[in-house]
Amino acid sequence: MEFDVELSGPEGAVIRVSGRLNMVSAPKLRDLVTHIVHGDGRSHLVVDLAGTDFVDSSGLGALIAGLKTARSAGGDLRIARAGTQVTMVLELTGLDRILQSHDSVEECFQ
Amino acid sequence: MILGVNYMAWRWLFSVNWSAAWISVPLVIVETYSLIDAFLFGVTMWKLRVRDTPPAPPEDLTVDAFITTYNEPISLVMTTALAASRISYPHKTWILDDGARPAMKRAAENAGIGYITRSPDWENHPRHAKAGNLNNALAATQGEFLLILDADQVPEPEIVHSMLGHFNNEKVALVQTPQWFHNVTDEDILGSQAPLFYGPIQQGKDGWNAAFFCGSNAMIRREALMQIGITGYVQGVRTTVQQTLKAADKVITKARAEHAATGPHVNRALNDVGQAVRSARKELHENKPVANVTYDFQRKVDAASKSIVTVDVAALLADLDEIARLSRDGGTGAYIGDDVIDRLARRDWSPIGAIESVREMVQALDVDRSEEALPVMPMATNSVTEDMATCMRLHTQGWESVYHHEIQAKGLAPEDLRTMLTQRLRWAQGTMQVFLRENPLLQRGLSLGQRLMYFSTMWSYLSGFAAVVYIAAPIIFLCFGVMPVDAFSVDFFARLIPFLVMNQMLFFVAARGRKTWRGQQYSLALFPVWIKACTTAAANVLFGRDLGFAVTPKTRQDGGPPWSLIRPQLVAIAALVVAAVTGLVRMFTGLGAPAGTLVNIAWVVFDLLILSVIIRAALYKGFTPTEGVENSGI
Repeated sequence: MEFDVELSGPEGAVIRVSGRLNMVSAPKLRDLVTHIVHGDGRSHLVVDLAGTDFVDSSGLGALIAGLKTARSAGGDLRIARAGTQVTMVLELTGLDRILQSHDSVEECFQ
Repeated sequence: MILGVNYMAWRWLFSVNWSAAWISVPLVIVETYSLIDAFLFGVTMWKLRVRDTPPAPPEDLTVDAFITTYNEPISLVMTTALAASRISYPHKTWILDDGARPAMKRAAENAGIGYITRSPDWENHPRHAKAGNLNNALAATQGEFLLILDADQVPEPEIVHSMLGHFNNEKVALVQTPQWFHNVTDEDILGSQAPLFYGPIQQGKDGWNAAFFCGSNAMIRREALMQIGITGYVQGVRTTVQQTLKAADKVITKARAEHAATGPHVNRALNDVGQAVRSARKELHENKPVANVTYDFQRKVDAASKSIVTVDVAALLADLDEIARLSRDGGTGAYIGDDVIDRLARRDWSPIGAIESVREMVQALDVDRSEEALPVMPMATNSVTEDMATCMRLHTQGWESVYHHEIQAKGLAPEDLRTMLTQRLRWAQGTMQVFLRENPLLQRGLSLGQRLMYFSTMWSYLSGFAAVVYIAAPIIFLCFGVMPVDAFSVDFFARLIPFLVMNQMLFFVAARGRKTWRGQQYSLALFPVWIKACTTAAANVLFGRDLGFAVTPKTRQDGGPPWSLIRPQLVAIAALVVAAVTGLVRMFTGLGAPAGTLVNIAWVVFDLLILSVIIRAALYKGFTPTEGVENSGI
């Protein structure tokens, strides 16, 4: 599991996830989001899920925790390009109403 | 036999030249090896059984004829398949095409012959070559009896009628007929025909209820195969579960060390799995059925998984509440029910799966044998010669086998040295794999005679090491005057000659005029092949090295004489000739004792006669059909 961070504008950042977003990698994503929001002061985040084909409950928890962190700093966290399994998990849990996957990273910033 | 023991006892006790132990001890060891070989041959001949024609079979049995192919020419396969479809006993013919070739499929369909390829179950699983091909077909068909034919073995119309009656005895699981090749001349330079094996040896084994299954030209009772498949399944599961439980603590300790920093989640999950492992081990120790042990284990892992998901979901919902408070729109109304939690905790999505080694361990502790395409594998898959391994399991379960001494199918032998060497290597490797994995001497359920019959075949493949000593000993004497025996004295010959004479007489009587010289030559001349088979099989079984599975090509491979394939034999021949010349020079200059020299020269000449066949084999240009011999389709 790897995370690539790309800065976008004065307040934004894109986190590209590659590999499985699961119990082992989820805490890293949490820490990364906290670091970007509180450390760098960037609170408009996009998590690009094109490189991941799997998420479990811990991964899901990390996404929601990230959303909370971003919102409480006055920003937002959006997700882009979720694959089949990720979409399935979001729909099953009803979280697609809160975290809707966008077709592209650009769309998230509009 | 007595003569042999007399000779060997004297050799060990009185004749070993201890001052040259480095050669005399190996020599006396390989002589002992040969004596045991002769003893096993004698045991085989002891119960030689010539069967009467079996009773007529009932007319209402169901029979499937399987023709196994991988890459043989389509016309060759179709010749066999069409002949098989003309078999007079009611049956269904199937082509088992492991190459899944569209052209093969079309040809089969046009001829109205059944066509089977691997089911999707085999994707991402070990394919197990021919054994896998047959197991796949067994799962797709229903016949009570199977006729198994290699792609080149063209059957006679009467084949099933002639064999099926043996199954009237309900304990009979297998009937084997000879393999005979029609593209071989009388001289049989490549030693393809095995008249001694498909004759007295199989008949001798038959006497001990140990007639071998040889992979083709045989009929098998499906029920018997299924029974050993299920027994194998139960054993396989038990072994996997035991091995996994044994290694489980290490896996968990390692995972804990690697993921210590990941968070309390992981630690808790690993603790739970560790606890489940310990209780599974305890239950297995108390001899609880494996099915129950694994079921309990999986339930505990599911519970651990569910507790992680529950904690995740609770945290997630708390976060959502927080988010809702921030946006002040009065709650998201998010609710995640028990059914959703159950789904998130199921094996394919379980958070525990995040640690690969633990996931694999959990998967292995189950009864579905997920590492294999099919849980039940009737044809043994632990050896590249699935036939011998399968047959031994049938015998272990108390089934009987029959050798039916009547040629009912004619096939194609290799026509060049390279192909022949590949084939022999594979047979020898497979046999040694079975020897090392399921040693017949240790198999419960086999009678003493059966154990010896299997052991005998395996023992004979050790001859490569003996050959090296038999070639080296006279060279060493002739060149350096080192005596491997104390004296080439009257005493020596008085003991050796009666043994040799009796041995040859036994051989001669057993062969009853069959041409066995070719076979004798090759058992010595292919010594590098036998040695390679032993070492590669040992590396495979003990260290998990790859053996490589070579499908024997049924068509001739082109190119000049393949001298490089027989380099060790050429070196041996050169050394023997040089030694003979040196020995004569030494004798005439008074350095070498005449008696010893002449004995050793005779020995060299014998070795050369044996080895000469390999040169003729390398020069062999393939089979040219003469009148009256049909060359089928190539």
